[in-house]
Amino acid sequence: MTAAEVLPVLAFYLFSGVAVTSGLMVVVARNPVRSVLWLILAFFSAAGLFVLLGAEFLAMLLLIVYVGAVMVLFLFVVMMLDVDFAELRQGMSEYLPLGATIGLVLLVQILFGVGAWFASESAPTLRVQPAPSDVQNTAALGNVLYDDYAYLFQASGLILLVAMIGAIVLTLREREGVKKQSIVGQMHRTREESIAVVDVKPGQGIN
Amino acid sequence: MNNFSNDLLAAAPEVALAIGAMVLLMVGVFVGGSEERKGRVVLPMALALLLAVGFVVPRFDGAQSAFNGLFITDDFSRFAKVLILFSAAIMLFLGTDYLRRNNLLKFEYSVLIIFATLGMCMMVSANDLIALYMGLELQALSLYVIAAFRRDSTRSTEAGLKYFVLGALSSGLLLYGASLIYGYAGTTQFDRIAVAVSDTDAPLGLLFGLAFFIAGLAFKISAAPFHMWTPDVYEGAPTPVTAFFATAPKIAAGALFARAMIEPFNGIQADWQQILAFLAICSMFLGAFAGIGQTNIKRLMAYSSIGHMGFALVGLTAGGEQGVQAMLVYLSIYLVMNIGVFAFLLTVTRNGVQATQIVDFAGLAKTNPASAAAVAVLMFSLAGIPPLAGFFGKFFVFGAAVDAGLGWLAVAGVIASVISAYYYLRIVKLMYFDEPGEPLEIVGGIEHRIAWGVAALLMLFAVAPFEPFNGLGAPEAAAKAAEALLN
Repeated sequence: MTAAEVLPVLAFYLFSGVAVTSGLMVVVARNPVRSVLWLILAFFSAAGLFVLLGAEFLAMLLLIVYVGAVMVLFLFVVMMLDVDFAELRQGMSEYLPLGATIGLVLLVQILFGVGAWFASESAPTLRVQPAPSDVQNTAALGNVLYDDYAYLFQASGLILLVAMIGAIVLTLREREGVKKQSIVGQMHRTREESIAVVDVKPGQGIN
Repeated sequence: MNNFSNDLLAAAPEVALAIGAMVLLMVGVFVGGSEERKGRVVLPMALALLLAVGFVVPRFDGAQSAFNGLFITDDFSRFAKVLILFSAAIMLFLGTDYLRRNNLLKFEYSVLIIFATLGMCMMVSANDLIALYMGLELQALSLYVIAAFRRDSTRSTEAGLKYFVLGALSSGLLLYGASLIYGYAGTTQFDRIAVAVSDTDAPLGLLFGLAFFIAGLAFKISAAPFHMWTPDVYEGAPTPVTAFFATAPKIAAGALFARAMIEPFNGIQADWQQILAFLAICSMFLGAFAGIGQTNIKRLMAYSSIGHMGFALVGLTAGGEQGVQAMLVYLSIYLVMNIGVFAFLLTVTRNGVQATQIVDFAGLAKTNPASAAAVAVLMFSLAGIPPLAGFFGKFFVFGAAVDAGLGWLAVAGVIASVISAYYYLRIVKLMYFDEPGEPLEIVGGIEHRIAWGVAALLMLFAVAPFEPFNGLGAPEAAAKAAEALLN
């Protein structure tokens, strides 16, 4: 085996090993802030796996969106909420056997389900799309998103808009007595209407 | 690019609604003044938009698919869209008075109604599982918000929250089913699923997915046993919102259900027929029995709608052109009856409070004979008493069921219909033979009287001296729509 063959395999095991370990640490870490930091490591490893698969755009997206924005927000929330996660996790040893049993049953069921699998005969031919070698995956994603599925892309935009309207309609209240800045008002103030010269007599002050 | 502009032209009604809604949103934000003033400015524009699109839709002709087959416009989608757009406009208009009285007339209400209508148009035009889901979510999300529109009332908030949580659950079921269908058929597009399904016996996984998919859709049309949210949401939401729920979304969900069954899965009709028959029987009997004990008219209308969805599903269960046509005719008649009933419910108050108890209507015939007569006609029609249009709706669906060899389903339907007649007739009895309590006030304007009057007249005269059932051309249009769907 040449180095060119060995390296990707090594990298795969490195990234996936780190991903699994840090994923486990997210769950077991006592301190929520540490959990978040472990999660960031898990995302980085997953991004590495994406690069190995040749999906460099998804890797960058994962880093920028999840690590750059979502995790930072998450960190803020965890720090600000001051939730006692240790207390939340107290019942864990109690529920672990039951949870593990249910998980095992689910696994067996899925295995049975997969065992009974058979797909429609025409499905494989319909499913297989030849992967063109000359198109970068950023461009390919763009084609799918903005050409093939432009309709759905626009529809999801509308759904988000409705969500935004809904949030505003249901929560925004006009409060009484809030002092708002009026820039136009500020600019049109004159010296005459804002300043008064008061002749203060010594020892009396203004009343 | 030329291709894309053709696509946009095919979806012109949807594009107009989307742009119009955004423009109205901007108008609402930039018009000065109080909330109510903004509402009063935006509402007529919203009405004009809905009506204009409603008049334009029937001008299109032929069948055309657009956006890579995600979207389809044909006679079937146009039939549903006309009903949806006009009923949305009518309900928006009739609700205005109530909204103003209760300080709910905000401009967002009109905008959300337009978005909901847009979602419904996308639903009935969907030719793909993803497009179907997108339309459904756009509609549902707008409806969740307007259900909770009276935000200082716990009932309204509860209605919105309950609707939201159960709606999310049903979306989950629907998506799970859709993903299985995609996995086993290899495509999300309806016509290609039809090809994959007709090749061989349908794989077990696909049928499994189909069952979940149907469960998700049944939630949306509130067919039993997935009806739990309906009474609470109908009762808790402000009455104009309830009125809207009972009309346009039902048509949209029913039409969507028909397309999602017939177009991709017509080849395996025997497999979904039994599920639909089960849903239909459950809904008809639940609607009939659970309605009996109700004291609140809005809850009663909720159970009534569950029952009526059961009857409509009988048509779809029968399948084929005749079945789909029967379902569409049934839904159209149901729509007119509901517009009439809710136009009435929106206006009756007692001492300034909306009258929602059934006993409130006692003796209405003595104090207000004209409206009592109209309501009585509508109730007779809802119950399906012979010379009225409601009877012919049931006649159509049961006829389709018998012709499809489902005589037992038709018999069950007739029994359920007789049972449900009890609570409709109880209202008539209360109005005509009981002593009036404190007099009811009819606070609405002339438009409400016209609405329930016209609805009642339609029920009476859609039949009259013509053929067995002429129905103002609705059956022919429905037949054309059904033909477009089947071919």
